[in-house]
Amino acid sequence: MDLTFLSSMFQSILKGLPLTLNLWVLSLLGGGCLALLLNLMRQSRIGAAVAGSYVFLFRGTPLLIQIFMIYYGLAGFGFIRQSFLWPFLREPYWCGLLALILNDAAYTSEILRGGLRAVPKGAVEAGRVSGMSRVAILRRITLPLAIRQALPAYSNEIISMLKATALVSTITLMDMTGIARAAISETWRAVEILLCAAVIYLAISMLVTRASAWAEARLSPWQFGRTTP
Amino acid sequence: MGDIGLLGFGPDGWGLVLFRAGLMTLAVSVAAFLCGLMLGTLVAWGRVAGNGPVRALAEGYTVVLRGVPDILVIYLFYFGGRQVVAAIGTALGFPGPFDISGFVAGMLAIGLISGAGQSEVLRGAYQAVPKGTIEAGRVVGMGRLTLFRRVIAPQAMTTALPGMGNQWQSVIKESALVSVTGLVETMRQVSVAAGTTQEHFLFYAAGAVIYLIITTLSDQLFRLAEKRSLRGHHGAGF
Amino acid sequence: MNITRSTFLRAGLAAAATLASGVPLFAQGKKLVFATEGAFPPFNMTKPDGTLYGFEMDMLAEIAKRAGFEYELISQAWDGMIQGLIDGKYDAVIDSVTITEKRLEVVDFALPYTTGGSTFAVLKESGVELPGGGTSVDLDDEAATEAAIAAIAAVLEGKTVGVHVSTIQADFLEKYLAPRGVTIRTYPNGPDVYQDLTNGRLDAAMASVTNISAFLEKNAETAATTGPAFAGGVMGRGAAIVVQKGNAELADKISAAMKSMSDDGTLEAMSQQWFGINVTPKL
Repeated sequence: MDLTFLSSMFQSILKGLPLTLNLWVLSLLGGGCLALLLNLMRQSRIGAAVAGSYVFLFRGTPLLIQIFMIYYGLAGFGFIRQSFLWPFLREPYWCGLLALILNDAAYTSEILRGGLRAVPKGAVEAGRVSGMSRVAILRRITLPLAIRQALPAYSNEIISMLKATALVSTITLMDMTGIARAAISETWRAVEILLCAAVIYLAISMLVTRASAWAEARLSPWQFGRTTP
Repeated sequence: MGDIGLLGFGPDGWGLVLFRAGLMTLAVSVAAFLCGLMLGTLVAWGRVAGNGPVRALAEGYTVVLRGVPDILVIYLFYFGGRQVVAAIGTALGFPGPFDISGFVAGMLAIGLISGAGQSEVLRGAYQAVPKGTIEAGRVVGMGRLTLFRRVIAPQAMTTALPGMGNQWQSVIKESALVSVTGLVETMRQVSVAAGTTQEHFLFYAAGAVIYLIITTLSDQLFRLAEKRSLRGHHGAGF
Repeated sequence: MNITRSTFLRAGLAAAATLASGVPLFAQGKKLVFATEGAFPPFNMTKPDGTLYGFEMDMLAEIAKRAGFEYELISQAWDGMIQGLIDGKYDAVIDSVTITEKRLEVVDFALPYTTGGSTFAVLKESGVELPGGGTSVDLDDEAATEAAIAAIAAVLEGKTVGVHVSTIQADFLEKYLAPRGVTIRTYPNGPDVYQDLTNGRLDAAMASVTNISAFLEKNAETAATTGPAFAGGVMGRGAAIVVQKGNAELADKISAAMKSMSDDGTLEAMSQQWFGINVTPKL
């Protein structure tokens, strides 16, 4: 193994870390908000149908095809290039982020739905009896319970999104994978380069796993002392 | 917007090749899922029943595959896997060159990724089997194999089915990444069609529909299986 | 449960078996295998029935006839293209691959079939116009290069230029224009550069004169070439058929056939047919 090459490769791949982190965090935030919205929509029948079809479409197709549809597909329409959206859709960054947000929202909304379903009716009724408003019930009872319930599944989703950001390299973005791919077609030392990138992703995802185990333990004081799986 | 006739089945339509590419996606997904099932079972077993080193190996495998982007795993497999195959082949005294087809490479790469997810599901399902039933089996004198076949597997299967359904869906979507291996599946075929005709939206949309058909139909199959496996739990059944 | 699972399994295996048998097994028999991308008009394209066609396919057919070998064409995504060649998955690559020093370290090339030299393309509606159109700048002439670059950079500063990743054009842009405030965007696939230029995502695209001409042939109404053609130095070579490192036998065979095609005008005629102009060098 060529240590000089490896360390210089590490350094150049790490230059893509800010973009990877940026896309990761923003897509989780955007996707989370949209997921919440989708779940609120589910209260009306039409809203439920819309949310259902949305989830169906985005969970049933590969993220790569969603990215290409947004990046190359939408740009083929003249009216989109004329519209106010074009300044955003013109940039690969916004296209990539949009695809990641839309994709994450579909998965997160299902996770949240599972969490919401697990909220005991009695807890909500108790809130209503004590005179809490609907918003207060949502904020102080339903969401905290649902989020705690959804946490294990959501920590998986967080890691999935980290991995998903790697696909934006297909639309010219120079995230860590983008830099690695460019370096491969430059030097053809694929295995070393890929391993460098893999190690960085792995380190981040292990941090997330640790952090989420810690959060789960903290949010379940009644389970304190039990070993978390 | 493009000419919808491009998707037809005539001599100038891409319908037939897209249909074939869809079948290829299905075929490589099924093969990869089975690969992942074997690997996942082995790894789950290693994590539950293995000794120290075996367990560490199994845990390491799941941690790594869970944390590295699929596209990097597939690239690593493609670029590095051949070197490994060649090294093993040479060591065993076979003359080169060594080659694995795009289908096999794609199947193994996705199987490797899926194996990690499947092992998690299977391990969870195994742990959910009530210990009492295993003890009961032991008391009536069942051997380990019988115990697994008649007590553990049927119960674990029921718990595992929804999770395995999700794993299957992931496999289908991961198969969209294997075009680097040279396999002409749906994603690669729509890219070629989009590049040749310059009708990007039309063909990516067509690709999306193909994936939706596959995911929806197979989802129905899994639900049916789930329903059947739950028969015992609801008494009368259907 | 059992029934569902085994039926499912059997159906899957049957499908796998049928389709796997359709997958060609490479490196067998005497037929040479050539790989191409099949999505780079007009060099190589794919018909709906899967047949590959285009300038390179016609040229290859003629080369094979003259050199006396049988061959088979397969389609492969660009990402794994060179690796597949190194691994012996196929014998040669014909995909408008430009000759570069880095590539020469791992593979060998036959004689080039496009002229060296690179230039820019822009959309007419963008109003971007580079100075020095119609002239040629020799990169070995430092003073002339410096002057031409300064003039171009003045127009392109703050704008985005697209280029195929790890090509001589990409190196050129990184070296000369990136330090002068021009944003360089590299694409994993060559054809996508033109797609994004057409869509208005790029202010300009840089590629070999050949590729730009091919693009303009189909988009003459909306796009135009602009600025000087850069030649000499690193730009001095065109695209060629790629063979495995050390496979001089195949490279020589191909080169000899191409030489004779160049001599009797066949190559030029093919170029006229597909590009509307002659993009091929005198071999």
